[in-house]
Amino acid sequence: MCTVCGCGDAKVEGHSHDHSHEHGHAHGQHHHHHHGDDLHFGHGPAGVEVPGMSQERLVEIETGILAKNDRYAAANRTRLAGLGTFAINLVSSPGSGKTTLLCMTIEALGDAPLAVIEGDQQTANDADRIRATGAQAIQVNTGKGCHLDGHMVGHAMEHLELARNGYLFIENVGNLVCPAGFDLGEDCKVAILSVTEGEDKPLKYPDMFTAARLALLNKVDLAPHCDLDLDLYEENLRRVNPAIEVIRVSARTGEGMENWLNWLQGALARKACRAAAE
Amino acid sequence: MHEMSLCEGIRQVIDEAAVAQGFKAVKTVRLEIGRFAGVEKPALEFAWDVVMRGGVAQGAALVMIDLPGRAMCTDCMKEVEIAERLDPCPDCGGGRLLPMGGDEMKIKDLEVV
Repeated sequence: MCTVCGCGDAKVEGHSHDHSHEHGHAHGQHHHHHHGDDLHFGHGPAGVEVPGMSQERLVEIETGILAKNDRYAAANRTRLAGLGTFAINLVSSPGSGKTTLLCMTIEALGDAPLAVIEGDQQTANDADRIRATGAQAIQVNTGKGCHLDGHMVGHAMEHLELARNGYLFIENVGNLVCPAGFDLGEDCKVAILSVTEGEDKPLKYPDMFTAARLALLNKVDLAPHCDLDLDLYEENLRRVNPAIEVIRVSARTGEGMENWLNWLQGALARKACRAAAE
Repeated sequence: MHEMSLCEGIRQVIDEAAVAQGFKAVKTVRLEIGRFAGVEKPALEFAWDVVMRGGVAQGAALVMIDLPGRAMCTDCMKEVEIAERLDPCPDCGGGRLLPMGGDEMKIKDLEVV
């Protein structure tokens, strides 16, 4: 991982070789390593020397450890607000059905303008699946990284045509721990939880479900076969986050998809109203 | 959660401060870590030496100050301190608590030379 800008070993698919990065790095070394059509997020120490000692003193810092990420995220948020794009950070464990649900969502949204950022450690499989629906998508490979960060998303956004009153779906790396702490500039996090994961999943990973505005309880068509209690899932979700909204869906059968689409359309309309009022 | 990344974040802030404030070495770094910040302190200490190597904070002591977990009880509408995220309200015993604090991850100050 890059020890200078903390952007990890990520790469953005389709990033050109001669692309110059203008994101306010104070250090001179250009550290994004290009490979094929992809962009790797760099390597390279700050190379700071440690010369002789002088007088001791206390320097007040009072800065969040993730301040740099927060600055990138704030820049993304400002850009998304200017564009009138509603951005959803989709978070879940691996295998919860995020990509399938997203493909179904894209088909159901029809002509609505949208774009997708796909985050995975390796492969462009998910972006390929999204593009097969006709939607524009960009893959970000995080390399060793366990989450997307504000910097990666900012670069990925440069490769997408984001439309007014459109959606940006950011499918985070399948991981219920780290993505909770990294703001990407999104309007909200939506957690996807598949019913086979166990009713106590929200209790085991409370940070993620606390950070999410909505939980999609996916694969509900499997519930009758799996001896599980959907009400207990909801109870546990509300135990870690009393304010969380929950929608039961099945990407496979389409059950509940209308509620999810209504939620999305309502959220987009509210953002547009707020933007118009300002 | 991602203590290596956190250390890298700390190093960036220190490096920026070193340029802005003109110090050459750091003796002590004091962090404020909330109880619910998801920071595994031994993992952070483990990553610390590796990440700080070659920089102004190489060899600096790491001091972590714990901040309590706070939550709003949606039953009695009081802000309370809790030790674990899923603890009941210490006042009314209610189980529906909204986290209000304790997720801090902050660099408080540096002792520099």
